[in-house]
Amino acid sequence: MKIVDLVIIGGGSAGMAAAIQAKKEGVDNLLILEKNDTLGGILNQCIHNGFGLTEFKEELTGPEYLQRFVDQVHELDIPYKLSSAVINITRDKVVSYSNPVDGSVSVQAKAIVLATGCYERNAGAIQLPGDRCSGIITAGTAQKYLNIHGYLVGKRVVILGSGDIGLIMARRLTLEGAKVVCVAEIMPYSNGLNRNIAQCLNDYNIPLYLSTSVSRVIGKGRLQKVILSNVDDNFKFIPGTEMEIPCDTLILSVGLVPYVSLLENIGVPMSSTKGALVNEHMETMIPGIFTCGNCLHVHDVVDFVTDEGRLAGHGAALYLQNLLLGVREINVYPNSGVSYVVPQKVNLDNQEDVTFKFRVQKPVKDVFVLFESNNVIISKVFKSALIPSEMIMIKLNRDKLANVTGDITVHLEGR
Amino acid sequence: MYDVLIIGAGITGILVSRELARYQLNIAILERSNDVGNKTTSANSAIIHSGCDPEPGTNKAKFNILGNAMFDELTKQLDVEFRRNGSLTIALSEDQLKALDALEERSKINGVPFKRLSKQEVLALESHLSNNVTGALFFPTAGIIDPFNLSIHAMENAIDNGVHLFLREEVIDIKKKVSHYLVKTKTGEYKSKIVINAAGNHADVIAKMVEPIDWSIIPRKGEYFILDHFAKGFVEHTIFPLPSDKGKGVLISPTTSDNYIVGPSSEPILDKDDYSTDGPTLQSVRQQALAMVPSIPFGKVIRVFSGLRPSSSRHDFIIEYSRSDSRFINVAGIESPGLVSSPAIAQYVVNELVRPLISLKEKSNFNPNIRPYVHLNKMSKKEREIFVKENPEFGEMVCSCEKVSVGEIKDLLVRSCPPRSIKGVKRRTRAGFGRCQGGFCQPKILFLLANHYGVSPLEIPLDDVDSPILTSRIKEVK
Amino acid sequence: MNKEIVCIVCPRGCNLIIDEKMEVTGNACPRGKAYAISELTHPVRMITSSVRVTNRLETLASVKTSDSIPKDKIMEVMDIINSLSVEAPTHINQIVKKNVLGLGVDILITKKID
Repeated sequence: MKIVDLVIIGGGSAGMAAAIQAKKEGVDNLLILEKNDTLGGILNQCIHNGFGLTEFKEELTGPEYLQRFVDQVHELDIPYKLSSAVINITRDKVVSYSNPVDGSVSVQAKAIVLATGCYERNAGAIQLPGDRCSGIITAGTAQKYLNIHGYLVGKRVVILGSGDIGLIMARRLTLEGAKVVCVAEIMPYSNGLNRNIAQCLNDYNIPLYLSTSVSRVIGKGRLQKVILSNVDDNFKFIPGTEMEIPCDTLILSVGLVPYVSLLENIGVPMSSTKGALVNEHMETMIPGIFTCGNCLHVHDVVDFVTDEGRLAGHGAALYLQNLLLGVREINVYPNSGVSYVVPQKVNLDNQEDVTFKFRVQKPVKDVFVLFESNNVIISKVFKSALIPSEMIMIKLNRDKLANVTGDITVHLEGR
Repeated sequence: MYDVLIIGAGITGILVSRELARYQLNIAILERSNDVGNKTTSANSAIIHSGCDPEPGTNKAKFNILGNAMFDELTKQLDVEFRRNGSLTIALSEDQLKALDALEERSKINGVPFKRLSKQEVLALESHLSNNVTGALFFPTAGIIDPFNLSIHAMENAIDNGVHLFLREEVIDIKKKVSHYLVKTKTGEYKSKIVINAAGNHADVIAKMVEPIDWSIIPRKGEYFILDHFAKGFVEHTIFPLPSDKGKGVLISPTTSDNYIVGPSSEPILDKDDYSTDGPTLQSVRQQALAMVPSIPFGKVIRVFSGLRPSSSRHDFIIEYSRSDSRFINVAGIESPGLVSSPAIAQYVVNELVRPLISLKEKSNFNPNIRPYVHLNKMSKKEREIFVKENPEFGEMVCSCEKVSVGEIKDLLVRSCPPRSIKGVKRRTRAGFGRCQGGFCQPKILFLLANHYGVSPLEIPLDDVDSPILTSRIKEVK
Repeated sequence: MNKEIVCIVCPRGCNLIIDEKMEVTGNACPRGKAYAISELTHPVRMITSSVRVTNRLETLASVKTSDSIPKDKIMEVMDIINSLSVEAPTHINQIVKKNVLGLGVDILITKKID
């Protein structure tokens, strides 16, 4: 069996960043396996701009952003294979993949970076009530049909979910000639960026109904109408608040989930983010298997996916040089107000600063973010406004972590 | 002029057509939807029941027992996934033990093998059962099956043996002539000496086109959950509660695709085409299931669906000549245990009902075996490497969730019962069945189908022809 | 009367308040101030869309306007974009249409196609 020092599964933003970083740190025997017929992952279909403000100090569209990394992959001579879906990986890092040219192949990796992105929650996952008609589709799939292939999935559209994908599609569909009737959001606030509410909904006079969801879809063959209802604090439909909306399409933008079946199949411990438990080098609990990007936790800014990919690539490079020390490990737990923290484990022998990434449970203003260990406050950072959809990053210097003796909790405290 | 025309390509109609295909006859089968086995056959618990449950002396009991024994050979001939994993009917209280005794008696009368288990014994077999379990009956002959491919492969085999299938044909009128029947559909006309009505939930509508009838079909809806793949062996057997007059109750079972199925509910409805699901019913199914297996991870639900049982007002299968003419045969009310009974029903219909009507000369070249399908995941690594090297399209994945390749989909398209819709591909290969439910693979499959059939992508439907996915093409070059 | 708008210049989306004297508050950076003034006097937007690639089946090339265009001209600019097409290969920042509607703004390709 062929030996590949580092196999990167997924050639999107996270995977390319990991590969580039590893190559720069001396890993030559590496290979990117990408299941689609181009590199770039989901950015291929994100033709809107808003990418690259941090990474390149420019505002780029998705295809422009990904091209910068594809160019680097080529410049650095990083080998990659397209149309190559990984079928499975083993705990001893045998990677089996399949493509029409090489057939069904297994390679022995010494380290693996999983960068497989995420998938969309769909009608079944939310148990959407009503008929089984066509015209119900997730935002990402509708985006693919539209931006990659050039087909509209509907003429009169209702969007469920005001996350950024739903908002971006509201604008996109309108520009291409569809009528977006409204956006419904089950929470009492929108999960999308304010700027997207402004430039995707307000610009086109598309109403946003909060605390509202779809209580029934109706259609024989194709969708004919949806019933929207308000929901109470427990997200139960409130009788008497039904609004009937004739439409031929319901776009679902109801959440993203890390795609980690390859890790689940080998029993890699998972976290509440639905991605793997990782340490500060993005290493899972199986030494030498790393993960980054949306398959670790769902990001909202691709520049930070690139950062995280670089971190995983760096970690993999250290691992391959036997430089990843790993004895004194502590856990990092989210506590009041914080829904999750990445990484969930930190190695106290590590010599580098650690950036912690987390999200809050609900919108808050004027809070302190506290890092505490054994009743000692290691760090206290003031934040004026935090919302659940925004991933917050706080870096803790090496010195701050040097004296930690026990598990760290991250939580919020009002001023 | 056909010798036999079957109305309805559900599992019953399909197996009748296949059984008839052994003989030198002109056989046609009409189906109103866009695929075979597309309704009740594809929306049920996918269980090959043991036969313990039906009332002794009924058609249901008779055909369940006969049918159950036929599945090993049938699934081998048709290359269909089938596993005799055994079923457990559990009692959840001391009171329920009496009902368990009654079921034990019934099993003895029906001649169904069983083993009575104590609480400790059943918990040793299934560690995730509720601690409220007081005892159980184990039925080793019960099994799980892939109902989609059972019907599709059976239809393919029947067509390969000469049966003519006409899809998208809805029967609107039947006229009895002197020596034949004139069957009118929305688009055409068919003549046949004998007509077999296997029209499922619409069997009473069809039967009434010929004569007044004293029975009716009231659809009984069952709603289900499908769970994603997770820890194997969570539940190995099919778990039933004790049956009630509403039916067998909510079951929990592994499926042949390594998913888990939970359901069904049971409510009679009026609209014979209402396949909707609703929150309160699913919530009730969930509660009943959790009472049996408290740790079912409902967070892993990837799909909910409903099926309609064609329940007859006689509460039993109606397999008989019409009153006015033996050349019109009703095979109606095939609700649970319909799936397991279907091969036995088919044999009965042909040998007991059709044989007296027309000369049955055996075909010398009848082949009950279909051309085997390619099962990459059953091959050894070496076998797989060699196969894919020689057949490169089997190396290109379309559905990453369920590991389905371009080659497998293209193979479907050259067989005699090809898919014509996204759902058709999904039922045959499981592409789109996984956790992303087609989010990634649907566009690929849609364009593959459009390319093969030489039609615009706008015409590829989700299921029936009135369910298009795309509405228009943008940026038309002027 | 104070006007309240959301800044769309970067993902922060600051809530801007502009008073009658056109004084801007709530901006975290000078670009926000500039945006507020512009939004109230002559609102502009960047447009991203796609054009058909004539020599590649079922493929589109994504495009963007080289600069912002007046908000009230969005649908007119879309009409122009819908009439355009390119031939592969394409490279990033390739000009598909110069000076669209005389606005001094070009339509540029944003997708590299081999």
